[in-house]
Amino acid sequence: MSVLVNKNSRVIVQGFTGSEGSFHASQMIEYGTNVAGGVTPGKGGTKHLDRPVFSTVEAAVKETGADVSIIFVPPAFAADAIMEAADAGIKVVIAITEGIPTRDMIYAKEFIKSKGVRLIGPNCPGVITAEECKVGIMPGFIFKKGTIGIVSKSGTLTYEAVDQLTKAGLGQTTAIGIGGDPIIGTTTKEAVELLMMDPETEGIVMIGEIGGGMEAEAAHWIKANGNKKPVVGFIAGQTAPKGRRMGHAGAIIGGADDTAAAKMQIMRECGIHVVDSPALIGETMLKALGRQVPA
Amino acid sequence: MKAGRGFMYNLPAEMGGCFVLYAVYWLIWRHNDRKRPDIENPIPPNLTANVYMNIHEYQGKDILKSYGVRIQEGIVANTPEEAVEAARQLHEQTGTKFYVVKAQIHAGGRGKGGGVKVAKSFEEVRDLSKRILGMQLITHQTGPEGKKVNKILIAQDVYYPGPSEPKEFYLGILLDRGKGRNVIMASTEGGMDIEEVAEHSPEKIIKEWVDPMVGLQPFQARKLAFNLGLEGEAHKEMVRFIQALYRAYVETDSSMFEINPVLKTSDNKILAVDAKVNLDENALYRHTNYADLRDITEEDPLEVEASRSGLNYVKLDGNVGCMVNGAGLAMATMDIIKLSGGEPANFLDVGGGANAQTVEAGFRIILKDPNVKAILINIFGGIVRCDRVANGVVEAYKKIGDIKVPIIVRLQGTNAEEGARIIDESGLKVYSAVLLKDAAARVTEVLNMVK
Repeated sequence: MSVLVNKNSRVIVQGFTGSEGSFHASQMIEYGTNVAGGVTPGKGGTKHLDRPVFSTVEAAVKETGADVSIIFVPPAFAADAIMEAADAGIKVVIAITEGIPTRDMIYAKEFIKSKGVRLIGPNCPGVITAEECKVGIMPGFIFKKGTIGIVSKSGTLTYEAVDQLTKAGLGQTTAIGIGGDPIIGTTTKEAVELLMMDPETEGIVMIGEIGGGMEAEAAHWIKANGNKKPVVGFIAGQTAPKGRRMGHAGAIIGGADDTAAAKMQIMRECGIHVVDSPALIGETMLKALGRQVPA
Repeated sequence: MKAGRGFMYNLPAEMGGCFVLYAVYWLIWRHNDRKRPDIENPIPPNLTANVYMNIHEYQGKDILKSYGVRIQEGIVANTPEEAVEAARQLHEQTGTKFYVVKAQIHAGGRGKGGGVKVAKSFEEVRDLSKRILGMQLITHQTGPEGKKVNKILIAQDVYYPGPSEPKEFYLGILLDRGKGRNVIMASTEGGMDIEEVAEHSPEKIIKEWVDPMVGLQPFQARKLAFNLGLEGEAHKEMVRFIQALYRAYVETDSSMFEINPVLKTSDNKILAVDAKVNLDENALYRHTNYADLRDITEEDPLEVEASRSGLNYVKLDGNVGCMVNGAGLAMATMDIIKLSGGEPANFLDVGGGANAQTVEAGFRIILKDPNVKAILINIFGGIVRCDRVANGVVEAYKKIGDIKVPIIVRLQGTNAEEGARIIDESGLKVYSAVLLKDAAARVTEVLNMVK
């Protein structure tokens, strides 16, 4: 099983022939992802990385039967690319692009509402189902097929968790990078929900940050749905001072309720195994699953 | 804390969602200003997701006016002479008899801090301008060191007597993340700290969410104006004001408008007495003329320097510096420092391209902070190769020469072992670690040594 993407996913790359798109598309192909082709307006009919290039997503879907799209289009055109993918019938759209104007994303999010599409990101590392399908920019070699699902707002911190899970012998089902922008397609709760429903996922790692209410929302959902699988949680930014932006737009501590401490408290109350140190994610998951922690 | 939590969680679930987000939003945006609004600025748009550019009151008012929003008229001045000239012009243009001298800094609470004064003559304009220009203005948002006032706005008096009493309102526009829509918030409690209104009498805040597909509808503006208790000419004026304000918000790609107070004058005009405007930096490419609105003197010099080197840096008060790739991991690293017995001296995200140059720039910025007793470098190599980062560290170290504080380098991911070997064999006072746990233990060790 796994969620969102798997070995049967047929992936197209929007912004295929650009430098980012080319580099990451070849990395994805190397990982074993079925990259069926790509889209660059005006370059339809040519070949790139040994795969067909289309001028429109519609043509790409028609020719290749693609159901997943990954977007490397520059910020000024990325919201348009998201809408084009949704309009062409793509079911899972993963937007890597960072720096999309908020106004554009408001329109894009509204536009895709009725299209039955799941948007991941933007400004995210993508989605990977270990040893099957990588639709993103994460280093593939740290992933190992296993039983833990990951939901995270942050890129390198996800890799940290993945690495610990691999070293703990647990491995991963699917890791979902939801992104750190003010408007994102899939929230923490929605991503957790997907993993809760996935029969292969035995435990979930949920990584959040200061700012916003998404982790609390996810925690309440987890509790309300009976804590069916152990969830290990970490919130980055316990030491972040109030009112200062820490890289991500959402990562500003505002009032008392979106501090790391407040979120961690809510998560604990909802039965989540909260770690203070991000170095303890792997072993805490082992304990939560009732497994032996190696000395 | 108690008030906020109760307010959020006592609500029904489906309301709770939106309320939680935007109560928090509110707090974020208020507190955001409370301390150091300048942090909004120093990050170039290509580096981080959504950054907001903060501008001065006079700049915000200029933008509003260009969209047909009525404002309290004013002229900006840099010297007392300019101030007097501004007052003269204002007198000719508007007939105003009094003049408000307003300090222009990126922080609220200027009035209480002594940065806003009313002058009754040109002579008084000169005296007050002399006093305010150059002063270190301390408000609840500037921190104890305050902010130097370099510019003042000479504004017309709008609280003149007339047929009815002047009345202050509050209007704000921002994004409701949960709904993915802009929300207009209005309150009769103008001139007050809106955060307090939200905490103590949330019922006094009225909201209209705008459907992005059709935009703000006239009925919504009418509703807001009626719910603010306005009627007659003042009501009509308020409807026009809200419509023009919303259009300005959307068309300028703003991420926050706060007009506090909005004034109904004694002759029933509606106008913006103050204007707090944050622009979406990611959209600045559509508004190239706004780039000049940035006031670099409002920003922390170290943070400006860092942003020039492509680094995302925030200065903090601790004793352990850190340099990390990725914002989330950077915050997590700060947490590790604390758990290891230290205090983070900074947040520093080198982004996706950690190389010799960025590492060197990072070192130089961190080392300018005399409180730093140790530095932790934490890089998770994905596309970035650890051996290259390690070489970059060694190179930068040698180039800078006299680094007196111990450095812990934790490299994980692509070519991590090779990276650790390079560090270990360099003969420098640099400790290597591969696991995050080990890096934490190293920090404790090193701190015990320097104590």
